[in-house]
Amino acid sequence: MNSKVSESSDAGNMTDILMPTLRLFLSTLKEVVKRPSSMVGGILLVLIVLTSALFPLFMHTDPLAQDLMARFTPPVWQEGGTWQYILGTDNLGRDIFSRMLYGSRISLIVGFSAVLVAELLGIILGLISGYYGGKIDAVIMRIADIFMAYPFMLLTISVIAVLGPSILNLILVLGMSDWVTYARTIRGSVLSIKRKEFVEASRAIGTPHPVIIRRHVLPNVISPLIILGTLRVANIIIWESGLSYLGMGAPPPMATWGRMLAEGRVYITDAWWLVTLPGLAIMLTILSINLLGDGLRDALDPRLKNL
Amino acid sequence: MDISCGAHHNIRYSVTMLQFILKRIWHTGFVVIGISVISFFFIHLSGDPVMLMLPGDATDQEIEELRVQLGFNDPLHVQYLRFAAKAIKGDFGDSLYYNIPVFELITERLPASLELAFAAMLFALVFAVPIGILSAVKRGSFLDMSSMLGALVGLSMPHFWLGIMMMLLFSVHLGWLPTSGRGTMAHLIMPAISLGLSLMAMFARLTRSVMLEVLSLDYIRTARAKGLKEQVVIAKHALKNALIPLVTVAGMQFGFLIGGTVIIETVFAWPGLGRLVVQAIFSRDYPLVQGIVFIFSIIFVGMNLLVDILYVYLDPQITYSEEK
Repeated sequence: MNSKVSESSDAGNMTDILMPTLRLFLSTLKEVVKRPSSMVGGILLVLIVLTSALFPLFMHTDPLAQDLMARFTPPVWQEGGTWQYILGTDNLGRDIFSRMLYGSRISLIVGFSAVLVAELLGIILGLISGYYGGKIDAVIMRIADIFMAYPFMLLTISVIAVLGPSILNLILVLGMSDWVTYARTIRGSVLSIKRKEFVEASRAIGTPHPVIIRRHVLPNVISPLIILGTLRVANIIIWESGLSYLGMGAPPPMATWGRMLAEGRVYITDAWWLVTLPGLAIMLTILSINLLGDGLRDALDPRLKNL
Repeated sequence: MDISCGAHHNIRYSVTMLQFILKRIWHTGFVVIGISVISFFFIHLSGDPVMLMLPGDATDQEIEELRVQLGFNDPLHVQYLRFAAKAIKGDFGDSLYYNIPVFELITERLPASLELAFAAMLFALVFAVPIGILSAVKRGSFLDMSSMLGALVGLSMPHFWLGIMMMLLFSVHLGWLPTSGRGTMAHLIMPAISLGLSLMAMFARLTRSVMLEVLSLDYIRTARAKGLKEQVVIAKHALKNALIPLVTVAGMQFGFLIGGTVIIETVFAWPGLGRLVVQAIFSRDYPLVQGIVFIFSIIFVGMNLLVDILYVYLDPQITYSEEK
């Protein structure tokens, strides 16, 4: 790990965490730039995020507008396609390109927010577990075991079935199903750092536990986890699209990649683009994150390989 | 002296091993109970099945009678204990939708899911191991680069989309394979490949990195120095050690397969538990969902236990202490 052990810092609480993370992020960025494949992945990801964020601002796109006269219009490069609907239309004459754009927004928002929820939960529980040890540690780790053993897909489906499909529920459920890895990793690092002399010294002079955790433990264990954990976005997006495919994603009439695939599956014999293009979008997004991730993983702690 | 010392060591060794295994079994039992509690409470939050079971014009009295009859008016923990006492005997109650015992439904559908999961695992391993080994041996070659890029692409595809794409190509355009159902080998091919491809990609990457690590170790250099053929070194010496992490990961990924069947079975109308559970969740068939979740977790947890035991058996160097 190339994050330096910060022995004392009297600055405010959030900067204790943010600054090392930012510094580590910049130093890994330098490593990533050296690898062509990671560069490609990074640039692709930035392009995808920018397109989904900015495109609807500059061009008129409506994912819900129906044009029943133009149902099943193929993409522009195929016979019968028009520039009005670059990637064609679906069974209700809705523009596939607009729908994919809005779908990307939902996938990216759900993906990144769910990872944040999972990281927050995992970090807090992992810190408590590792720092205090004893009974509370045993309880948290047993709960983690149960979470690991619960068939994940079923957990999310049954919870969504209870709560009803909405973006917020999706974020919470996906986030809560994914905290265990973070908690375990953080717990491991806390166990090793809490035996370091400067932590023991701090305890000896009577610093309260929460202050020790915030000032000495957290900044030293958290940075690589935050950066690498972000790569879990890839998995979350795949899960989100799967849930969406089953009809448990963002509620209709919102356009999501998964729902587009499920709807297109019905017309698979008539309109190949309905089932092909949204899936390509998912794949490109995930591939860009994975390409970037391989570089980050090499640059950061190799112990975090399995994250 | 030497012999007695060895025997003594062996006894102590097998005692700690037995302790470890017993501890793991106890631990697994605890996890299974935890899962049953969580799934029980989750599912009971999801709404009232009585309303779905009766016709719309049922009177309040009829509703109340059915609730009493099904025991839905008892406190939750009483309902849970009743469920658990029966579940131990394999009795998960009757499905609200199919009106036959859940256990019967599960035993009827389970073979289809297992068939799919094992076919996917087999497909993944059969292709991944040779690809991983070749990539490691010919590190940096075109073969290595292209197969690792391929693996990354494979990891990046949602498996249900891969299924749809294969369907588009092999069923719609070429007409070679059936789009849905189960029965012949032809039915199994597409679901198994779409479920197994990302696993294959993961295993290929893992095999490659483990082989690279093993191939750089001293004993491999010794084996080579002895003048053994490269094939023998790789097949006999390196692969044997590389298999340990592969077995572990393959076992742990069984949970992924189980989750994956839920979607893949829906895509291909495969008559297994995964598709059944999606239908059961939508129709709020509590007992059926509970039963399936329970069976799935037991398979998963049992698989992990098996891997743990296999692991200590394969690699006597690992320590059995829990503290890490």
